[in-house]
Amino acid sequence: MIDRIQTVWLAFLTMIPLQASESPDFSRQILPLLSENCFQCHGPDAERREADLALHDQREAMRVITAGARGESELYARITSAEADLQMPPPDSGHVLTADQQELIGAWIDAGAEWNQHWSWQAVQRPKIPQVAATSGAVIRNPIDAFIQSRLQQSPLQASEEADRRTLIRRLSLDLRGLPPNAREIAAFLADTEEGAYERLVEQLLESPSFGERMAWDWLDAARYADSNGYQGDQERTMWPWRDWVVQAFNQNLPFNQFTEWQLAGDLLPESGFEQKLATGFCRNHMINGEGGRIAEENRVDYVMDMAETTGTVWLGLTLNCCRCHDHKFDSLTQQDYYRFFAFFNQTPVNGGGGSGQTAPLLEAPTAKQSEQIQQYQRQLQELTGQFSQRADQLLQTQSAWEQQQLQQQGNELHWQPLFAEQLQAEYQQLKQSADGAILASGPNPANDTYTLIFPVTAQKAVSLRLDALRHETHTGGGLARSDSGNFVLTELELSLLRDEQEQRIHIVSGQATFEQGDLTIDRVFDGNRQSGWAVYEGRPVDRDHAAVLKLESPVDLQQGDRLKVVLRHDSAHASHNLGRFRVSISGNANAGLNNDKDQQLLLALRTAAAERTAEQTQLLREQHQAADAEWQQLVAAKKQTEDRLAAVRGEIPKVMVMQDRSERRETFMLERGLYSAPGEAVTAGTPVSLPQLESESEPDRLELARWLMDDRNPLTARVLVNRYWQLLFGQGLVKTASDFGVQGEIPQQEQLLDWLACEFRDSGWDLKQLLRTIVLSHTYRQTSRRTELQLEHDPDNRLLSRAPRYRLASWMLRDQALAASGLLCTEQGGPPVKVYQPEGVWEDATFGRKTYTQDHGESLYRRSLYVFWRRIIGPTIFFDNSPRQTCSVDVFRTNSPLHALQLFNDVTYVEAARVLAQRVLQGADRSDRGRLNEICERVLCRPPEDEEAKVLLAGLQRSREQFATDSTLAQQLVSAGEAPAAEELEPAEHAAWSALCLAVLNLDEALTRE
Amino acid sequence: MHPISESVADLTRRELLGRTSLGLGGVALAELLQGSSASANERPLLPHFAPRAKRVIYLFQNGAPTHVDLFDFKPELQRLHGKPLPAGFSEGKRFSTMTGNADGKLMLAPVEPFRQRGDSGAWVSDFLPHTAGIADRLCFIRSMHTDAVNHAPAIQLLLSGAQIPGRPTMGAWATWGLGSETETLPAFVVMTSVTKNTTCGQIFYDFYWGNGFLPSRFQGVKFRGSGDPVLYIRNPSGMTSTMKRAWLDDIARINELKLRESGDPETASRTAQYEMAFRMQTSVPELTDFSSETQQTLDMYGPGVAEPGTFAHNCLLARRLVERGTRFVQLMHAGWDQHNSITTELYSQCRDTDQPSAALVRDLDRLGLLDETLVIWGGEFGRTPFIQGDLGNRPRWGRDHHPYAFTIWMAGGGIRPGMNWGASDELGFNAVENRVHVHDLQATVLHQLGFDHERLTYRFQGRQFRLTDVHGHVVQEILS
Repeated sequence: MIDRIQTVWLAFLTMIPLQASESPDFSRQILPLLSENCFQCHGPDAERREADLALHDQREAMRVITAGARGESELYARITSAEADLQMPPPDSGHVLTADQQELIGAWIDAGAEWNQHWSWQAVQRPKIPQVAATSGAVIRNPIDAFIQSRLQQSPLQASEEADRRTLIRRLSLDLRGLPPNAREIAAFLADTEEGAYERLVEQLLESPSFGERMAWDWLDAARYADSNGYQGDQERTMWPWRDWVVQAFNQNLPFNQFTEWQLAGDLLPESGFEQKLATGFCRNHMINGEGGRIAEENRVDYVMDMAETTGTVWLGLTLNCCRCHDHKFDSLTQQDYYRFFAFFNQTPVNGGGGSGQTAPLLEAPTAKQSEQIQQYQRQLQELTGQFSQRADQLLQTQSAWEQQQLQQQGNELHWQPLFAEQLQAEYQQLKQSADGAILASGPNPANDTYTLIFPVTAQKAVSLRLDALRHETHTGGGLARSDSGNFVLTELELSLLRDEQEQRIHIVSGQATFEQGDLTIDRVFDGNRQSGWAVYEGRPVDRDHAAVLKLESPVDLQQGDRLKVVLRHDSAHASHNLGRFRVSISGNANAGLNNDKDQQLLLALRTAAAERTAEQTQLLREQHQAADAEWQQLVAAKKQTEDRLAAVRGEIPKVMVMQDRSERRETFMLERGLYSAPGEAVTAGTPVSLPQLESESEPDRLELARWLMDDRNPLTARVLVNRYWQLLFGQGLVKTASDFGVQGEIPQQEQLLDWLACEFRDSGWDLKQLLRTIVLSHTYRQTSRRTELQLEHDPDNRLLSRAPRYRLASWMLRDQALAASGLLCTEQGGPPVKVYQPEGVWEDATFGRKTYTQDHGESLYRRSLYVFWRRIIGPTIFFDNSPRQTCSVDVFRTNSPLHALQLFNDVTYVEAARVLAQRVLQGADRSDRGRLNEICERVLCRPPEDEEAKVLLAGLQRSREQFATDSTLAQQLVSAGEAPAAEELEPAEHAAWSALCLAVLNLDEALTRE
Repeated sequence: MHPISESVADLTRRELLGRTSLGLGGVALAELLQGSSASANERPLLPHFAPRAKRVIYLFQNGAPTHVDLFDFKPELQRLHGKPLPAGFSEGKRFSTMTGNADGKLMLAPVEPFRQRGDSGAWVSDFLPHTAGIADRLCFIRSMHTDAVNHAPAIQLLLSGAQIPGRPTMGAWATWGLGSETETLPAFVVMTSVTKNTTCGQIFYDFYWGNGFLPSRFQGVKFRGSGDPVLYIRNPSGMTSTMKRAWLDDIARINELKLRESGDPETASRTAQYEMAFRMQTSVPELTDFSSETQQTLDMYGPGVAEPGTFAHNCLLARRLVERGTRFVQLMHAGWDQHNSITTELYSQCRDTDQPSAALVRDLDRLGLLDETLVIWGGEFGRTPFIQGDLGNRPRWGRDHHPYAFTIWMAGGGIRPGMNWGASDELGFNAVENRVHVHDLQATVLHQLGFDHERLTYRFQGRQFRLTDVHGHVVQEILS
């Protein structure tokens, strides 16, 4: 593979070099001058335009330019005028055109005022590869070097020689894996003297599972990934399955066009599956505002703007946000373009309310372990169902024996004895009593009705009376009555004793009910007032039976032949609120209350002959039998346990916010001043008009947008992407302004190289690993980073790349490096975020104590930085130079402040790494100081120390030994840093001295630097 | 400017003073030298003209103090107490969703009496007796107004010139423009506090002291209210300062060897930063140790002064910081959001801030620092002259957010003392006379530091950005 590509490149190398043109180049030399000095008032922003003159537009500009003749051009006259009234730019504008710049414009007009678009708007054309001879020490390994060295030939500088192997392996390993090489890898690379050793190393690193983790970091910054919402409240979210997908996508080298389509529109793909939907979490990584007082629509608009702007920056390198309120001041982007782009994302069903970190649309993304557990529990439940039915059959065989036994045991303990009527009378309805004592009203459905019931009784004592209100299918909604709501109002219950043809009233003194509706309480049924009553509506459709227990004024000794008369009145203003089905029971047991309904039912069923039982009674008895069976109980317990476990696992499944379009199209309006509340003209989805058009039969959707972004004709995407991967490998892009490819962005000095890389990337089928391979195989990448006075003088910024860049490693990589060097690193991939060491009170201080940081323990402390919990309002203190992950960021943050020095020397993360590193080395085979020192430096710097360095460090070691020897407490403290297991067998003073040395090595400039 | 080249530019200047020296005495001087590189974002490092203030202490009252109860005395408000808002005040104005439409809202008289104070006759209510006592040293701006109606956007607008996070804040601009006067303490320090048990504390977002697109070392360093004021300031347990000092020397020696080989000035810078970090480990504990203050001074700041994390403690720390050369101190005190606590929590809010604020001005004056230190006191907007809540329920009286008029005061730093500037209308509803927008305040602060706010710019995403966006006028009349 590699050989074939190199052959192709060699073929290119023989082609002719590009000719430089004589007249000033419009897009590179003239347009930037116009943009910087004129566009503020004569540019794309129509609102702010002066004198109705727009110089970004060729036709307009030609009103003041006469091609071929500067002397006849108003523009030239104005920019060279000495008169304050005429002079352009105006003296008070703060802009000045130097004489050279004026001359440049003049020369351009004279040469014909050729006009074309801004460089990045022009189609990407595969440039010819310059033919150059290699200079001393430098090699042309591939076209990258040809472009670089051809540019260098126009300067006093020459390409540098290749860096030594130890530097190269550390550089490559950090760039492609974000981790330093281990001793074995270094040794293998040094020992590989065969041709192609470097290429083999590159392949090995590209195939490492850590590759995806390293690439993911920058992508997460761009995607503003975090584990919480941001803003007040800062609720947590579970977007990490998306993060893990990103890592895998990089590792599998998913072609970048698919990587794009899935993340922007995976839900709209015809073959959309779990992975494609998960990928759309990219769009939903924006902050969510849960502050009270916020208007939902305002939030929603913010979210959609964030999606549109993030897409604009990540793929197009455009600062779309300038166009929220007005046309772009510099680029050919209008406010209308902005809202057309916005419209692609405006079909989200999210309404902006609530502020949950799990706002639908959601995708459940169980981990492999969770999926496995769910399947296992579901299987168990299925098995249990079989066992239940088997046991039920067995129990049926002993059912009648069990019933007999129950009847004997419980005989007369019946608390509530249902009364069976000899006379049932209603004014309008028919009443009928069934075997279980329930009385059903049927027939007409009058507004009011009164029931009169005469019950014969046996000799017994009565202390209270129970009225059950029972649901029935003939009632409204299966409720308690044939009223509008299924509710009843019992306005009066009158009880009397009929003895010897005398009727004697029995008074009720108190009552208790399963529910009382407002002031329709149970005591209203014995208050003598026929207007007031008892009702049970609970604010929802009636879904249960109700009951009331009424205590008699004094116990009544009933005798054989007595009868009880019960009158139930329904006189309320509420129509048809008549009890539809009910049962009346009495009890002589003072303890009989509302709750022993079940026993009551059970005994009643037992007392009823099997043939006469209702279906419910038969069912009840079977269930009781089962409930009394130990084996059945075991099955029940097993089922509950499995169901609980299943529910617990389901509850823990992370829910990822994903994309989906609502079914009903939402109309998009331009928003004046970007205000959600000031809609203007309606627009449809579309791409900026100054870029190649997206052709679509109807209003295009996100999928068409994604495809347009990755279309060969799109001039920006390929350039923007290769520039960012160049930035990842060289510390800065070929275009320094990675987030701005517009007119105000940097014009690349190495534009041909950028375009060549863009073509390579695009034509390879968007093969990212191939792009990175191409770059790191170049001599340009392999150069030493040592700089000469000449380089410092002519190119301090290293824009010509006559040497490799040298810069501070990102803080996240410094942490991973320290963990790897000490051997603490836990290489487990993916999963929920971890909470590593952080000084106490950082979250609490920032949130008035509303968020408490609970640090993890064990292996979690040593996971890669990628997995560290990111709270958006107060990011991990250890990542001091990173994007705060609040909005999209593709620029490099590199910083050098004393606060970082404090952290790198004093934070337990590094102190622990140092003492564990010392531990490893002291437990190793080599027992000489120099041998041990060599190993430490190999692990951190990937090289043994020079003698002079060793002298300094070993003297420091000796000094430390003496210091710790006099104070064993200090030594003990230092070697106890962190939670990693201590090495009890090591002598504390010796261990501490080496730990201090390791900490110093971790803080050497070289350790902090990508060489 | 790219961070790499930025540090290179710095270091190239530094190198002029001899890069082999590990000492840093020359750095401040070096910073004052104009860089030779013609880069777009060369730090000015020199003011545009002679500054009147070298330092700023911003006493930011987070949550928006009620101007109509504290400073802006309106007899008409007393007359209209309980009556609906007259026509002609609120048309077309936006309020928070809690108020919605202002029509028909009932006016609420100030809850404490007002008096005229000092020779200037400035109106200050009895809520603030200590502030009243220094009225003649203050310049009250009674015609402030802003654009935003909710806290975070309004605070961000005031501090960074834009409602949306992402722009550099005032302190970042000042330190980027002027450099630092101290090598042992951060140039831009932020401290936060909140009145205990308040029901209305807001979160302090770190973008309130963000560096935006300026290099990250211009971000405010937030001193914490509990524990160590600066993260990681303590040596690792088991390592003494002496031990560390020796190891830092070893690191410097090896870095020096590296520098010879790589030729990268960044290496010298790295050593320098470790040096400064080491000095901070001494200077920060010294800074926070109040034992050298007299009892009289401590008493002046009030009872909270001894307790870290209080506004009083932070005020004294602010004085000690500017004494030691810190350029910009931003104290933020939360709890002023009296939606329903004008008659309750407002008292504790004033108790916690009034005395320390006045003490700070007196103390700076006593030490001769006030002339060159600009002190600003104020919030992000004012509060509605009408009531939020039920007029019949006095313990729950409140006022809602109000961006159309509010009052701040300034002292020292070349601002005229004993002055009242601008006025709101008869209800304290709209700023009407000599209106001062927050962008005007920003322009004025930069002016006092010696900058033309239109020329202190930074190129980012293809545009020259500045603190005042495209607005702002210096309020010349309040300058002494």
